[in-house]
Amino acid sequence: MALLTFKGGVHPPEKKELAEHKEIKVLPLPEKVYIYTTNHIGAPAKILVEPGQKVKTGQKIGEANGFISANIHSSVTGEVVEITKMTNAATGMKNDVIVIQRTGEDEWELIQNHGDYTKKSPKEIVEIVKEAGIVGLGGAMFPSHVKMSIPEGKKAEYLIINAAECEPYITIDHRMMLERSKEIVKGIKIIMHATGVKKAYIGIESNKPDAIEKMKEAVSGEPIEVKVLKTKYPQGAEKQLIYAVTKKEVPSGGLPLDVGAIVFNVSTTYAIYEAVEKGKPLVERGITLTGEGVKNPGNFIYRIGTLAKDLLEHVGLVEEEKIDRILYGGPMMGIPLPNIELPTFKGNNALTVMTKEVAPKKELYPCIRCSKCVQVCPINLMPYLLKMQVEKREYDKALEYGLMDCIECGSCSYACPAGIELVKTFKTGKKVARALKGRAKK
Amino acid sequence: MKLNVAAAPHLRSKDSVRAVMVDVLIALIPSFIVSTWVFGWRAFWIMLYTMLLAEGMELFIMKVLRKQKNFKPDFSASVTGLLLAMNLSLAVNWWQILIGTFAAIVLGKHVYGGLGKNVFNPALVGRVFMLISFPVAMTTWYRPFYFKYDTITTATPLAILKEKGVSTLANWPDYPINLKTLFIGTVPGSIGEVSALALIIGFIYLVLRGRIKIWIPITYISTVFVISSIFYLADPTKYASPLFHLFAGGLMLGALFMATDMVTSPMTVKGQIIFGLGLGLITMTIRLFGGYPEGVSFSILIMNAFVPLIDIYAKPRIFGTTRGGKK
Repeated sequence: MALLTFKGGVHPPEKKELAEHKEIKVLPLPEKVYIYTTNHIGAPAKILVEPGQKVKTGQKIGEANGFISANIHSSVTGEVVEITKMTNAATGMKNDVIVIQRTGEDEWELIQNHGDYTKKSPKEIVEIVKEAGIVGLGGAMFPSHVKMSIPEGKKAEYLIINAAECEPYITIDHRMMLERSKEIVKGIKIIMHATGVKKAYIGIESNKPDAIEKMKEAVSGEPIEVKVLKTKYPQGAEKQLIYAVTKKEVPSGGLPLDVGAIVFNVSTTYAIYEAVEKGKPLVERGITLTGEGVKNPGNFIYRIGTLAKDLLEHVGLVEEEKIDRILYGGPMMGIPLPNIELPTFKGNNALTVMTKEVAPKKELYPCIRCSKCVQVCPINLMPYLLKMQVEKREYDKALEYGLMDCIECGSCSYACPAGIELVKTFKTGKKVARALKGRAKK
Repeated sequence: MKLNVAAAPHLRSKDSVRAVMVDVLIALIPSFIVSTWVFGWRAFWIMLYTMLLAEGMELFIMKVLRKQKNFKPDFSASVTGLLLAMNLSLAVNWWQILIGTFAAIVLGKHVYGGLGKNVFNPALVGRVFMLISFPVAMTTWYRPFYFKYDTITTATPLAILKEKGVSTLANWPDYPINLKTLFIGTVPGSIGEVSALALIIGFIYLVLRGRIKIWIPITYISTVFVISSIFYLADPTKYASPLFHLFAGGLMLGALFMATDMVTSPMTVKGQIIFGLGLGLITMTIRLFGGYPEGVSFSILIMNAFVPLIDIYAKPRIFGTTRGGKK
């Protein structure tokens, strides 16, 4: 059978071999955690604790503040020592952080009303997911309860589980599927129950044959199908994944629900299972600590809010002068850290430590219109033209040519033989265009 | 620890503009060899001289006039130089080439702002400049293997077709004209255009390396084939066969290496198809009705002018929008 895919894309070196055979290990509890009030897309959570207060693992310390927002919980048992501001690498802004000093082993505070999902109404399940502060763990950090509340007049037909994991280096979803397949399937059934979806698909890239086998086994007898996807970047981008599986295009500016789809990442599905069945709020998740700069790469479960530095201590780094950059996430879309004294957040699926040897050293040339960027763009944009328009500040033109449709996958920059920073221009361009739009409204 | 906070993506392909240019030069090696075999050392030295001249001029412009101290040759000038030489007659002399190369590098490329910014194919700008300035030298054709014979000059197959008609082609006394000699390249013509075989070998290399806008040659050659077939079928005693049109003159060199010049051709598949169709139509119009025997150079330059327009018209449908770009 032909592998499912989309048009365009690139094939960067996979580098999965560094960590794909390493079993998931649970890391020892950190001494201190730093929990952002913006551990999600949307409004920052409202802080519920104050310095000096004792908290338990799983205790709600911040409350969703608005429709698109999420709860945050203490990820250790201890005492709130301060509430301060730290740079959030994801947004580049200074955000409130609740700092908690661990005082002992875990004393859990679980979500009430958890347990057998079949005995609960969809509404109750969504409530538990909201209570647990679950957000999209693939990196987007969109609050899951919002996604699970299907607005009136809309109908979700397919649930697609994003298990493509197309970013190089990252292997945590792969390992989760190998080691926790039954729990993931249960999570899928919970989401189906809560959203009324009758059919679910798990999209896995062909470079994970063992995970494909394992998940096929785990879903036998269920209305869930494993779909094998072509190994290609960005196969795991939401719109590209939906297209590969259903051949439907999410309309420009629209949502997956517009074509009847909802998409959840593997790790999110697992977190939903843990919240609904076990009553555990989202205080820990899986991560791949990898890259040529890491001595013993591997996959781990860590407590949210652990400093990058503390995580990296468990795997060891190579000599400092060999390290070029450290990324939250993988090399295609990952966010470079300005320093390692920064806390991790819910969306962190990987820390990739790149050495100078593998970091890009591209010579710069003028654009020779080779059309590589046009060929690889999964959204069918003309990146070279778009870049000219953004640079000339012709935003009306740029919008007409699809600036806002750019999914920021970076395929164009990756492929460009002239070494031009195409996607970087679009990211800034989008910010400016949004700001201009906001000003026009006023 | 000093961390680099450069923008994503943090992996880049190993590709470079220089690698693209080197691949084009590699693809021209078969033609280089065949031209030297058919036309002797004179062809060899012309090609080498033009390349070095072009590269030297580029280096001077970049380092001295534009003060780009760190400029390292990207070999785009060598490509222009070699292609220009391949579009010349053997009869041109050193100072004519000097002027032609100047036209190619300065008028064809640097007045627009240098690599990537030019509208017209620089090699063809140089060639047409020379065609106008030195019409006699540029249309004096040497016999293949002329160094073995007493008579040196003759007419190219397309010129014979234009002036003497299709019946003369088969019995031309100076050299044999048939599909085999046209394909291998033992006929007179511009230095690098004679061997369809050598050009196709180079083309295949570029295709395998993913270096070519493949829809341009496909549609260009197909259009020429279809139009010449129609005329041939209508009156084979008056019009040459489609295969003759494919292998004679500069069509192969033009379609495979000149029209596909990345800088001066459209970027989308749709645009490349429109471009190729236009090239085929103009080439055949000139060949069938025009004053010049062959129309490849002119058709490419004319279509070059339309590229910015074609690019805008042929923009692909954005994912998630309906045709016409509405949301």
